[in-house]
Amino acid sequence: MEGKLHSMETFGTVDGPGVRFVVFFQGCPMRCKFCHNPDTWEIKNAPLSQSADEVIAKMTRNLPFYKSGGITATGGEPLMQIDFLTELFTLAKESGIHTALDTSGAGFDRSEETLKKFDKLLSVTDLVMLDIKHASEEEHISLTGRSGKSAKDFARYLSEKGIPLRIRHVLIPGITDKEDQLMALGKFLSSLGNPPKIEILPYHKLGLAKYENLGIPYALKDTPAASEADARAALSVIEKAMKDHK
Amino acid sequence: MREEWTGFREGRWVNEINVRSFIHKNYTAYYGNEEFLEGPTEDTLDLWHKVSELMKAEIEAGGALDMDTSVVSTITSHPAGYIDKEKEKIVGLQTDKPLKRALMPQGGIRMAVKACKDNGYEVDPEIVEFYTDHRKTHNAGVFDAYTPEMRRCRSNHIITGLPDAYGRGRIIGDYRRVALYGVDRLIEDKMFQKDTTVSTMSLEVIREREELSEQIRALEMLKELANIYGCDISKPARTFKEATQALYFAYLAAVKEQNGAAMSLGRTSTFLDIYAERDLKAGIITEKEVQEIIDQFVMKLRMVRFARTPDYNQIFAGDPTWVTESIGGIDTDGKPLVTKMSYRYLNTLNNIGAAPEPNLTVLWSEHLPENFKRYCAKVSIEHHAIQYENDDLMRPIHGDDYAIACCVSSMRVGKEMQFFGARANLAKCLLYAINGGVDEISGQQVGPEYRAVVGDYLDYDDVMKKYRDMMRWLARVYVNALNIIHYMHDKYSYERLQMALHDRDVKRWFATGIAGLSVVADSLSAIKYGKVRVTRNEAGIVTDYTVEGDFPKYGNDDDRVDSIAKEVLHTFISYLRENAAYRDGEITTSILTITSNVTYGKNTGATPDGRKQGEPFAPGANPMHGRDENGAVASLASVAKLPFTDSQDGISNTFTIVPSALGKNESEREDNLVSLLDGYTAKRGFHLNVNVFDKELLLDAQKHPELYPQLTIRVSGYAVNFIKLTKAQQDEVISRNFHSAI
Repeated sequence: MEGKLHSMETFGTVDGPGVRFVVFFQGCPMRCKFCHNPDTWEIKNAPLSQSADEVIAKMTRNLPFYKSGGITATGGEPLMQIDFLTELFTLAKESGIHTALDTSGAGFDRSEETLKKFDKLLSVTDLVMLDIKHASEEEHISLTGRSGKSAKDFARYLSEKGIPLRIRHVLIPGITDKEDQLMALGKFLSSLGNPPKIEILPYHKLGLAKYENLGIPYALKDTPAASEADARAALSVIEKAMKDHK
Repeated sequence: MREEWTGFREGRWVNEINVRSFIHKNYTAYYGNEEFLEGPTEDTLDLWHKVSELMKAEIEAGGALDMDTSVVSTITSHPAGYIDKEKEKIVGLQTDKPLKRALMPQGGIRMAVKACKDNGYEVDPEIVEFYTDHRKTHNAGVFDAYTPEMRRCRSNHIITGLPDAYGRGRIIGDYRRVALYGVDRLIEDKMFQKDTTVSTMSLEVIREREELSEQIRALEMLKELANIYGCDISKPARTFKEATQALYFAYLAAVKEQNGAAMSLGRTSTFLDIYAERDLKAGIITEKEVQEIIDQFVMKLRMVRFARTPDYNQIFAGDPTWVTESIGGIDTDGKPLVTKMSYRYLNTLNNIGAAPEPNLTVLWSEHLPENFKRYCAKVSIEHHAIQYENDDLMRPIHGDDYAIACCVSSMRVGKEMQFFGARANLAKCLLYAINGGVDEISGQQVGPEYRAVVGDYLDYDDVMKKYRDMMRWLARVYVNALNIIHYMHDKYSYERLQMALHDRDVKRWFATGIAGLSVVADSLSAIKYGKVRVTRNEAGIVTDYTVEGDFPKYGNDDDRVDSIAKEVLHTFISYLRENAAYRDGEITTSILTITSNVTYGKNTGATPDGRKQGEPFAPGANPMHGRDENGAVASLASVAKLPFTDSQDGISNTFTIVPSALGKNESEREDNLVSLLDGYTAKRGFHLNVNVFDKELLLDAQKHPELYPQLTIRVSGYAVNFIKLTKAQQDEVISRNFHSAI
């Protein structure tokens, strides 16, 4: 089986703990207005097609660099190629490599068939970094084009299974930074058995040029970038809400 | 034992000159963190302020604040000079005034005259006459012996930067010996050596006896130098302060007589720590005072100056002196050689700000204490003034008391020396192979008239065969030119003081160098995996190339091209080693350019990788700008494949990353930098310059130099004061690949 990939970054330091080999998957069912990798949306445009063996070999030849880190699957949406992803992580675990999945939870449901696949994947996954795009279902659809229910349910499922979870939330001024929605997010997270670590990523506009190159209109043209301070402030709102609902 | 040594543990060092034995019997490894460190004293800050003002005036004066034009510098040529006598804990200047450049014509009177003239000074005509008509210089000797072929290679820039008109440098005296034993004991030892030479007067023995006499003379003068400053270094040092001062006098004597290209210090921190520990235990000094002495010692090292021409600084930017100090490493039993003094040396960057000198070099091993690794990373991230070299690669060859000369040249202190040999332009050599020895810019027949390529497209096997032939020719001319240079340097500009601080029987490394390796690897890859069409000028010389199709590029961990780089290196070093080297030197090579990659590029025609005529090469062994597309690890992995055994004089790699790509916060950045260095070391990577900053910082410094007087950045093997670079060099540094997050 070959994975449809966008690219690989051999020195990733922002997608999971330590120095990581980051695999960008091609293809995503979401169309988030703030996405900074629109070039990974269409699976048919995959620049790379590689087997799990080939990908792992690229990493393991330089294993000493990843002692404190591991491999991260991101994208795009890695879960769109769950079979390949599972194979990749299985090989990684065989080499003793820490595996992290950066996902929006797209495609998760509790049907028997889906759970079978997910359980197999989760048995070789050390950390899930789950993007919750928006706490409100209505605004989630408006922002990403899809329901946010699968992400939340995936969070619950991970929590039930005791899989280490990190929540990522992009802070977009005027869209995802309202206090009531941050509190709603906090409330949801506190409902999970084991409250996860939260990473607030300030929205940036570095992806803009990619939209221009691809000829895709950029919906958030007039939205300003968020700062680290904004991110810190948002985090404390969420954490407070989590405490209040404990 | 001598009473000066009270408190030290005895060992072989007591009865023989053996600093390593002294260190290993007496040093205290330190595993803790940096919390014990002290800030600068008022006196230090005040002195540094004065020095900074002088350095500013120096830049405003166009590069040289003052120059000697009538006193030929020797160890004892000048009266005492001070910055502010009352405040100086460590004394001694090269001349009578701070930053005044000494006159050293033995390397070459023409260069000395030009250095003065270009800076607006005129050398005393009597001195010019003396060194022209009555006392020959190194430069005059070399040109008497050069062949026409060597001259052509030189003027066409296929062999460049040869030390034929200036001091070769890269010899590290064991300056610690002066502190530990006192000069009298060292003289006694040298007298014994002279007394016991072979008794048949062969050329070698005659030379040896003459050199030993010169060494003894230099040691006598060293004592006198200390006397001029009211100090006595004839006997062993009694205290930490005396030890530091004696060590500095020994180094000072070297830079008063030799304006060598690189005048490195050695490996002094752990040695001096033994004295500091003894004094701290005895309660006769405080931590604050120890740091003050080190800060001021380092300040003196930052003030070393040589009279150089602006041309020289065009090649080696920013007035470099390479006062390289090697820190850390582990010993042959696996115990770290890290002491509190290792921290104190690095702490000088915090106390008196960043600077290129001394060229702080951490000998990195996976087995260094974790606290020390983190502290190095922290200081590196903040000051971008440290380079790292792989102790685990060098220790098996040099043991655990070696040091780095210049940028990446390793040698046992006091037991090994090197003949510095600049570098050959292997990219130009490839063009010569294609053009049958004709220079693509001058049109001269420089190399042998071998058959040039025919046809419109380059064939890999054909080009490789021609390239091998041309490299073999180049290796021969190159080693022979260096044989002449080192013969004449020994004869007319012998480093008597530095060699007095060596054993009698030294091992000599015969260093050569390579420029343009990444250009060559990519060019050959383009020929092999793409299609390269040539364009000839009216004289039939190939002057341009069009690449059709994509090809693997060095810097992406792709064995198809990385193996080409390895093969070229292995071939060239093998050809170099076919030649006999002066004084039985063992031939090595390095892949290092400092900032000269800009000049090499300027003098090299278009290359088959698509690089245009005049465009800079990548520095050192770096991949070409922007061609490494798979992130930092892939880039480092490509460079790490070049085997140290084929390039034992060093493989330089400069790594620049924006802070946000190194980690999300300070602590993660430190962790990740440590991981990166550990990974590179484990992959047998040799050297890494680490820069952590955003491009915007450099752009702003270019616009407002006055706001960045101490902005220091690492370039190949060296650090530079950014604002002292030429505009072209600044632009090139800014255009380099900054690893950033996707």
